Amino acid sequence: MIAIINYGVGNLFSLSSSFNAINQNVEIISNPDALKNFDRIILPGVGAFGDAAEKLFSSGMAEPLIAEAENGKPILGICVGMQLLFTKSYEFGEHDGLNLIPGSVRAIKEVIPENLKIPQIGWNALHMCCSTPSSIFKYTSEGEYVYFVHSYSAFCDEKFVTSTTNYGADLVASVQHKNIYGVQFHPEKSGNSGLKILRAFCEV
Amino acid sequence: MITKRIIPCLDVRDGRVVKGVNFKDLNDVNSPVELAKFYSDNGADELVFYDITASSDGRKIFTEILRETAKNVFIPLTVGGGISSVKDFERVLSCGADKVSINTGAIKNPKLIPEAAKLYGSQCVVISADVKRVNGRFNVFARGGRDDTGIEAIGWIKNCVDNGAGEVVLNSIDTDGVKQGFDIEMLKAVCEVVNVPVIASGGAGRIEDFITLFKTLPKVDAGLAASIFHFGEVKIQDLKLKMKSENIPVRL
Repeated sequence: MIAIINYGVGNLFSLSSSFNAINQNVEIISNPDALKNFDRIILPGVGAFGDAAEKLFSSGMAEPLIAEAENGKPILGICVGMQLLFTKSYEFGEHDGLNLIPGSVRAIKEVIPENLKIPQIGWNALHMCCSTPSSIFKYTSEGEYVYFVHSYSAFCDEKFVTSTTNYGADLVASVQHKNIYGVQFHPEKSGNSGLKILRAFCEV
Repeated sequence: MITKRIIPCLDVRDGRVVKGVNFKDLNDVNSPVELAKFYSDNGADELVFYDITASSDGRKIFTEILRETAKNVFIPLTVGGGISSVKDFERVLSCGADKVSINTGAIKNPKLIPEAAKLYGSQCVVISADVKRVNGRFNVFARGGRDDTGIEAIGWIKNCVDNGAGEVVLNSIDTDGVKQGFDIEMLKAVCEVVNVPVIASGGAGRIEDFITLFKTLPKVDAGLAASIFHFGEVKIQDLKLKMKSENIPVRL
């Protein structure tokens, strides 16, 4: 059974529908004490990092989430949920994340050419990092397209990076550190390619 | 590399797709749920649902249809039509919409864009502008293209983006339904003043119109059309293969 953490950020309807579509039982969880009862945990998120981090910490979810992560439970952060896995973000100031993966979240404008639009909105290709194959890409081929919406991106040691996408520069598309997984794109909005990634996560 | 998006638009009234459609593979061609799934399985990059319902009962049905669609379709879903308040945003977002497009609502209430952008993020707020040439300039029209607001369009669109709109759908009333190609001149004027995605709408009649659009205006991110897709005059897969052969980045 999969828990989707509800901490008042973002729309969980599509996410829970996509797990239903691959015949996985999923529950939207607002009670921090309930997290321990699930096999897998999804950390969603949209909007600004600072707001999301504040809500995650004040909801009481951060502590049990970190505990479950340390117990080895598979955790998948999506979009801003992925960014929250890192140590720090520099979006509108400086904010602490969960520090489950060492690294920071910074504006993509620092690395992409000036003429490109921000945010990156649309379908872009995944390029697998062969040195660190991730089990969530068990059913995914090199070059498959997924849907991105973001102005900020993770910057971390390449040993954690499992795929990149090119938007004028190579940006981190997904990460993994032991049982902690993160995807910058929206698998719940990436058609079959996205559902395959969610299915693989359910099997790790 | 990010791809150019192809977006079918479905006009929905009282829970049915209007304008008729013509697909032999579908049992119920006027079912938004069935049609959305068909497009999603056949290469559409995104869908726009436009609510042209007049009554509140119809609006309730639309919301139900949206929920049913979002349960079955896993590509981005934009909803427009009858959005005049933050409550309307909440209503459609809670049923699975990813983005909300506003038109008349933004003209009537200039605070709606900044309020919605603050609550849901700019990526969620799409300004959809119906624009027509009037006495040598571009004017914004309201109420589905019926009323000339007298507002100069290009400055107004830029203002909407500065206030938090994250994408622009530019619908040229002059080329809409004519099927002689997109309104390159109008689109160019908008692309020059905004740095968010611009979606071209109005005028597509054949595959070549999309090729001309993306070749002439590389800053345009997406092409939107309705009847040519619904009637099967242009098949999305054929369009995308042609785009690929012309070296336009596309998701196949």
